Amino acid sequence: MVATEIHEHDTHAHHDEHEHHELGFVQKYIFSEDHKIIAKQYLISGIIWAFFGGAMSILFRLQLGFPDMDMSFLRPILGHWITPEGHLETEFYLALVTMHGTVMVFFVLTAGLSGTFSNFLIPLQIGARDMASGFINMLSYWFFFLSSCIMFASLFVETGPASGGWVIYPPLSALPQAMPGSGLGMTLWIFSMAIFVVSALMGGINYICTVINLRTRGMSFTKMPLTIWAFFLTAILGLLSFPVLFSGVLLLFFDRTFGTSFYLSEIYIGGEALPNIGGSAILYQHLFWFLGHPEVYIVLLPALGITSEIIATNSRKPIFGYRAMIFSMIGIAFLAFIVWAHHMFITGMNPFLGSVFMFLTLIIAVPSAVKSFNYITTLWKGNIVFTPAMLFSIGLVSLFISGGLTGIILGNSALDIQLHDTYFVVAHFHLVMGAASFFGFVAGVYHWFPKMFGRMMNPQLGYIHFWLTFAGIYLVFFPMHYIGIAGFPRRYYAFTSVNGFEDFTDMNKFITIAAGLTFASQALFAWNFVYSIFKGKVAPANPWRSNTLEWTTPVNPEHGNWPGEIPAVYRWPYDYSKPGAAEDFIPQNVPYSATPESNLPHENEEITKEKEIEGLLPYQNESYIGR
Amino acid sequence: MNYLAGILSIVFLVLSIFVIKRSGALAKSLNSESVAEEFSAVTGENKWNGIGFVVFFVLGCIAGVWSFMDSMPQMFQKPNSVHGVTTDTMFWISMSVITFAFFVTSGALFYFSWKYQFNKNRVAKFYPENHTLELIWTIIPAIIMAGLVFTGWKAWSSIMSEAPKEAVVIEVVGQQFGWKVRYAGVDNNKLGNYDYKKIDNTNDLGIDLSDENSFDDFIPAEMHIPKGVPVLLRIRAKDVLHSVFMPDMRVKMDAVPGMPTKFWFTATQTTDEKRAEKGNPEYNYKINCAEICGNGHFGMSINFFVDEPEDFKKWYNEQKSFLTMFPEYLEKVPEKLKTKAAKYATPAVEEAKEVTVAAN
Repeated sequence: MVATEIHEHDTHAHHDEHEHHELGFVQKYIFSEDHKIIAKQYLISGIIWAFFGGAMSILFRLQLGFPDMDMSFLRPILGHWITPEGHLETEFYLALVTMHGTVMVFFVLTAGLSGTFSNFLIPLQIGARDMASGFINMLSYWFFFLSSCIMFASLFVETGPASGGWVIYPPLSALPQAMPGSGLGMTLWIFSMAIFVVSALMGGINYICTVINLRTRGMSFTKMPLTIWAFFLTAILGLLSFPVLFSGVLLLFFDRTFGTSFYLSEIYIGGEALPNIGGSAILYQHLFWFLGHPEVYIVLLPALGITSEIIATNSRKPIFGYRAMIFSMIGIAFLAFIVWAHHMFITGMNPFLGSVFMFLTLIIAVPSAVKSFNYITTLWKGNIVFTPAMLFSIGLVSLFISGGLTGIILGNSALDIQLHDTYFVVAHFHLVMGAASFFGFVAGVYHWFPKMFGRMMNPQLGYIHFWLTFAGIYLVFFPMHYIGIAGFPRRYYAFTSVNGFEDFTDMNKFITIAAGLTFASQALFAWNFVYSIFKGKVAPANPWRSNTLEWTTPVNPEHGNWPGEIPAVYRWPYDYSKPGAAEDFIPQNVPYSATPESNLPHENEEITKEKEIEGLLPYQNESYIGR
Repeated sequence: MNYLAGILSIVFLVLSIFVIKRSGALAKSLNSESVAEEFSAVTGENKWNGIGFVVFFVLGCIAGVWSFMDSMPQMFQKPNSVHGVTTDTMFWISMSVITFAFFVTSGALFYFSWKYQFNKNRVAKFYPENHTLELIWTIIPAIIMAGLVFTGWKAWSSIMSEAPKEAVVIEVVGQQFGWKVRYAGVDNNKLGNYDYKKIDNTNDLGIDLSDENSFDDFIPAEMHIPKGVPVLLRIRAKDVLHSVFMPDMRVKMDAVPGMPTKFWFTATQTTDEKRAEKGNPEYNYKINCAEICGNGHFGMSINFFVDEPEDFKKWYNEQKSFLTMFPEYLEKVPEKLKTKAAKYATPAVEEAKEVTVAAN
């Protein structure tokens, strides 16, 4: 409540030239250029894809946990992908594994997470009326939508969707005779991904331009919330790495279609020797992982940014080590580019390269450790409010720690020999990248739902959703490490050819059951989400008593976000529980001159700069003329 | 397993009870309209969520430790190669380091969550930074990492070093969906060249018979390796990527079409010894495939046998060269080498030969 008062006090009576002419339904909700609508479009697409991706994993988990199960009841949906005996076709199993990975990594955790929250929060938290280019932003979503449609259509192809694993290593993915999924399904995959890259680049350029150019007066880089830092660095990562995937996939397309030999050499398949000579299958892997590794951070950094904001707000404490957090994110973003070959220790590349990449990989553990310690210290002596968002954020930190630690083992090339491509890897990256980013995503939805839809989600359902999901994730992925240590390779339809497979049949059953329950409990979230959009309690302006600028907008911000002047920013976003202050939070738009009782000595000097900041208003307004 | 299922159902039971109980409380709180000045994001469940973290941590640790101990006999398979012992030791050392870090950090995370839950009479400590603390926890992980990197690098370098000269050379070729092996034969421990264009139904490894080293090469029905003698695998693939994975030997290396790779190791236990130790007379060492290669990926495996060096030598000498098996391929040998090749094409000559390989 206090925040709204301050906001009113701050943006008094200036009803400027910004007028709202009513837009038609199509322009307002479908081909919208408003960042908030685009964010919601990404959000809903992401959630729908998440349910698809999750359902796929349940299908192949059933095969792994209950290989003898009669799945004929799925025949109405899956048709000939169920064998006459009632089991999944082997090729369909691989297709499921592949599509689960593709959908989750790209459509859910890249588009759904980054697309939603970068779009929604960047203008609102830096104090901008919209993205630098609303039109390109709209295109970005619709390219993503097109890419989604193509990927979805590939599920219905006679020969099946792409099924060579989400990394689609050639020659398997290049030769239709190698497996059915490498036919039309793979072509569609390539088209879909190419369009996805276009979408990601349009989005990324917009985020970067917006953060650099459209910050409100007073919002220096050192006053930006960590969310914005995270989105900004993520966008840079994407901008530099997605084009490499694009070229990698384009060359693969050439190999498939025009008979070039970028990745193919000395292949004898289907009773004939192919003419291709001189290509390198390893080249593809280098190109793929040059994106693929930064991609891990493209999905993780936004989640970490979101978490930083939520943990600080709900601990009622400043984030510990704000600058260290920024530097560790920059460090992670930089190192992300020079660790890709740790996915390739045993591909036959020069072992010296392996040594170099092991060294670089283990360095990345240091900024990651710093981040974890800083989160924990932020909780220390806090006054913690367990909103559903906060629960998921704490859960994220826990998953980030558990999954990140096993990375220390996998990053060690000597240990990777045994563990590479086993379930140990699967467990590792699902915890640290999959589940952690997913928790960030869900935390973000719970936290910013009031701003997005003007209503509150039911917190009690949120708590239950959290505890079921948190327990479920651990029950699924913790025992998976054991199977990996025992040496079970991933992407196996059945483990019958592996020594000791019968020792883990029960474990596999257990994992499948836990996965099913975890997936089922997401229904709570879906229901809560949909129900609250229409019937949730009406949200107050600043329900979490947060400092950042988005809470200074009206409950349902219109196009342009602030009805009056955009507020100016005078302080960093983490003035929670400041000694001497009346309330336990001081929003960013409150000048130091208004809070003499709580100013630290060096902050009194900032008061002199306030005039200067206010003087920037005409320039800021000028920049919106003609927009 | 039954215990696990039991624990799981108890967890879900408790949670469902919690759900029912809480929804009752929710209905009540709606009726009585929450206390006005209380911060509305703090719900009555705040305390329970705080307790939840501690309970979760304690139960999680118990379940984790118990299930780990319980699965240990199945999960930990003794390494049967020299380097495998090194890497396994490193694995468990690293595992102890991260387990320690896990308990400390997770413990702090969950304990703080419970301990510092909201209390309207308390104000959080304004504690934005502490450079000493940050420096300490940057440097400590850095030192630990440096230690791990260094030991890892040493192990990696020795595993990836050039194979000793006396190593038995074996070619392992991956194809959809099986492994083929070729030995260098009784003469100079050198594999003959190959050419993928020479592959046909009989010569399915594409042995190039214009290279005189290929005359004594043999393709056995079973794969054998000696115990205690270095073995050098020369690995390639005919069609798509595969990966040679010998779990017991801690060996894994991709098979790449057009790019030969290699891996050398020394086995430390014969098949018979392993069977006796496991109490399983059926047990076999296996090569599995660890890189997705198509529909039959999961079934792509062959057995191999580790013999005492003398047994291996005996077996080795009994094998018939490719030319002996398929004398019609003498035609492919260039004119000037025909006489030399003819010697390998008759079994009689071969018996007289002494094995130069694995002679140590």
